[in-house]
Amino acid sequence: MESCAQKKAYKAKDYKSDLKPIWCPGCGDYTVLNSITRALAELALPPEEVAVVSGIGCSSRIPAYTSVYGFHGVHGRALPVATGLKLARPDLTVLVTGGDGDGFSIGGNHFLHACRRNVDLTYIVMDNQVYGMTKGQASPTTSPDWEGSKLTPEGTGINPFQPLVVGLASGANFIARVSASDPINMAQIIVEAIRHPGFSLVQVLSPCVTFRPEQAEWRDIVRTAVVDYTDDAARAARRLMTDDGFNVGKVLFKGSRPPFRPEFEHTDGSVAELEARFAL
Amino acid sequence: MTVNSVSLVIAGSGGAGVVTAGSLLLDAAAKAGWYALMSRSSGPQIRGGEAAAMLRFATEPIMSHDDSFHLLMAIDWDNITRFSAEIPLTADSLIVGDPVHGDAPAGLLAGRPRQAALPMTDIAAKIENGRPNMVALGAIAAMIGLPPEAMQAVVEKALKKKGAAAIDASMSAFHAGFAAAADLPAIPKLPAVSAASGPRWSITGNEATGLGVIRGGVRFVAAYPITPATEVLEWLAPSLAKVGGMLVQAEDELASINQIIGASYGGVPAMTATSGPGLSLMIESLGLAVAAEVPLVVVDVMRVGPSTGIATKSEQSDLNIAVYGLHGDAPHVVVAANSVSDCLFTTQWAVHLAEAMQVPTIVLTDQAMGQARAILPRPAELAFIGQREVAKAAVEGERYKRYAMTGSGVSPMAIPGTPGLTHTADGLEHNEFGTPSSQASDHQAQMDKRNRKISQYNYGDHWADIEDFGGGPGDAPKEAPLGGTAIITWGSSTGPAREALQRLSAAGGKARLISVRLIAPVQPEKMAEALRGIKRAVVVEQSHSGQFYRMLRAFYELPAQTVSLHQGGPLSFGPQQILDQLNQLNAGSA
Repeated sequence: MESCAQKKAYKAKDYKSDLKPIWCPGCGDYTVLNSITRALAELALPPEEVAVVSGIGCSSRIPAYTSVYGFHGVHGRALPVATGLKLARPDLTVLVTGGDGDGFSIGGNHFLHACRRNVDLTYIVMDNQVYGMTKGQASPTTSPDWEGSKLTPEGTGINPFQPLVVGLASGANFIARVSASDPINMAQIIVEAIRHPGFSLVQVLSPCVTFRPEQAEWRDIVRTAVVDYTDDAARAARRLMTDDGFNVGKVLFKGSRPPFRPEFEHTDGSVAELEARFAL
Repeated sequence: MTVNSVSLVIAGSGGAGVVTAGSLLLDAAAKAGWYALMSRSSGPQIRGGEAAAMLRFATEPIMSHDDSFHLLMAIDWDNITRFSAEIPLTADSLIVGDPVHGDAPAGLLAGRPRQAALPMTDIAAKIENGRPNMVALGAIAAMIGLPPEAMQAVVEKALKKKGAAAIDASMSAFHAGFAAAADLPAIPKLPAVSAASGPRWSITGNEATGLGVIRGGVRFVAAYPITPATEVLEWLAPSLAKVGGMLVQAEDELASINQIIGASYGGVPAMTATSGPGLSLMIESLGLAVAAEVPLVVVDVMRVGPSTGIATKSEQSDLNIAVYGLHGDAPHVVVAANSVSDCLFTTQWAVHLAEAMQVPTIVLTDQAMGQARAILPRPAELAFIGQREVAKAAVEGERYKRYAMTGSGVSPMAIPGTPGLTHTADGLEHNEFGTPSSQASDHQAQMDKRNRKISQYNYGDHWADIEDFGGGPGDAPKEAPLGGTAIITWGSSTGPAREALQRLSAAGGKARLISVRLIAPVQPEKMAEALRGIKRAVVVEQSHSGQFYRMLRAFYELPAQTVSLHQGGPLSFGPQQILDQLNQLNAGSA
């Protein structure tokens, strides 16, 4: 670590609060929390220069389990909070955490526009294809024939939302899929996502052991993607649209679009000058 | 003392340029040393379509339109009757039309106004590139006493880029109209003003709103366009850039409110502006700002509701949602501007209040004042700059409490980037550290604290404008009972109420005006003081259900004889309508 000689060395636990998560034993989100803190340690970011923003849901509880600045807002609105924070405070490293319902259903419009706007954020979505906090309803990524919810006992009959395809089409600048069963790999991908300028989208297959116990099989189904990332959106689109959702562990797309910053007239104006325009 | 003024309307259909003509006239009036107020009304078309510019000129400051118009200058008659209700005409009024467009429609003639013809099209045709609206402006100038030199200066500036030929064509048409006015019946003429009484500004309410938030210290604005608030945001975009701030266009109002929450959490004072439909979408997140104690300002430029309502016209009907719209017990601040000029004061004050108390503050203005342009005395410099109580450094051995119990209820806020003070701000109920808690005791303590912040704050005299009319110069305000009569009002209704009281006082009457600026939290003690000696009151507001009256009834001890004068938009009150109500109340109790 010669290159980091000037930097203070951090450990993953330096980024954890002493609050005990409300999650069920075996929940994939524990691993995600570990991977985020491991990634922050690897980047050696002082905790006060990092903010984690979330909405509502099991995975949205993450900010309080970290020791960085956190903001736990309302359902579906994490991305706009993070957008305002990052634009107002470009010096901060801003992560957004949440689930598939928070991000792709109630927050779906913000997801599209956060990808489009390409503010330098890292969005980590813990996708378990279910609303866990409200005790097991179908989410936008649930398959149409899942009959496990009292709300949709015959299944939803609606095709699942394809977050990475939609993210790519909307302009996300970095796209990866990882599995909660491989925390080391996940941490590496999160490091890359944070380092990559612009809007980075990381989908985590994070099983819900309580309402989707069959997802325990995911650890056996997932496979490391055989191809490396592309910067060609058309190729990435083709891959994502033909993929079964279980190719994990690699960055799938890295774009080179510059991150969004509002353009300023660089003038040393004063309020008095603004007022002068009204004077007769 | 009644106002020496002249009121007129320029109306016409697409391409007639009536709004441009009105603006030129307003600018020329400014050059002539007058004060003025200009409102616009337009049809539903996106571009073109019929429009009317309503102007009032005076030799002293004015805050309201008059009861009726002295002159309606119609460039043509297309769809003009759509404005009939907004253009009250009496037997003293004069309609001037162009004979090539035929007779005035019957819908305009209910008040039996006088009529006259001005062949604008024919006169303009004799001048190369002459336009009928400039002929109309010439005639108006002659009729109201506006010196041609004032218009010359304004046209030269406006058409500078188009060159001398364009200026000459416009001014030739203007002078031809000026000469032709000799044959027209008279309307009141204003005297020339030798020297302006003091520095004056030309500004709209929406511009004043933008300037107020910048003065208050706002440097981050998130924007989603909505009529009639868009001009606030459009003014702010380039203006913020000049003072080191930024405006970001959001994907919807849900995003704009949450973006400003994020920016403010980051330590940068933030605001957004919207109208009723947008405020409705922001309500959930306003509750978040209450719970997480994030200061911010939301300006609601009210329009006719509910739903899409009448997007281009004014109403004071968002009081209920602003005060009561949030779920749970959610103490927050609601303030209301009561004139074009006051948009500046009230928004600047709102930023100050929001930052000082770490509380979301809603500012209510409305379409009538927001989109009105006024020539008014230069607003005063204000000392209010938003100042947040910030936690600067960690205390050795102590864990930082973001929501610490304090006497004032305000807890020093750590701004991200500050070492040792990391915490999570939360919309979930929490303890002093910000840790989520479902304990009754934490909920009680945090509710008490959030309420204490705004209930103990010293709002000073700004909670209301209290003005006594009809007292001698020696009368100290707030002492004499003034015949025991008061008008209690808020927002845009203050302008006509003030003028009603000027007329009452000119006729020898006395009364007090109470225009409430701090809508919430309520100030019962201050209101009791303001109402001392008052036996009769008229509550004036532009709301179909009397929202303000009901709120006053709920929270204040009102005089036994209190009547509610309320009507829905878009029609505004005329001063005489208010004065009649006041006289009726006084007569009934005499």
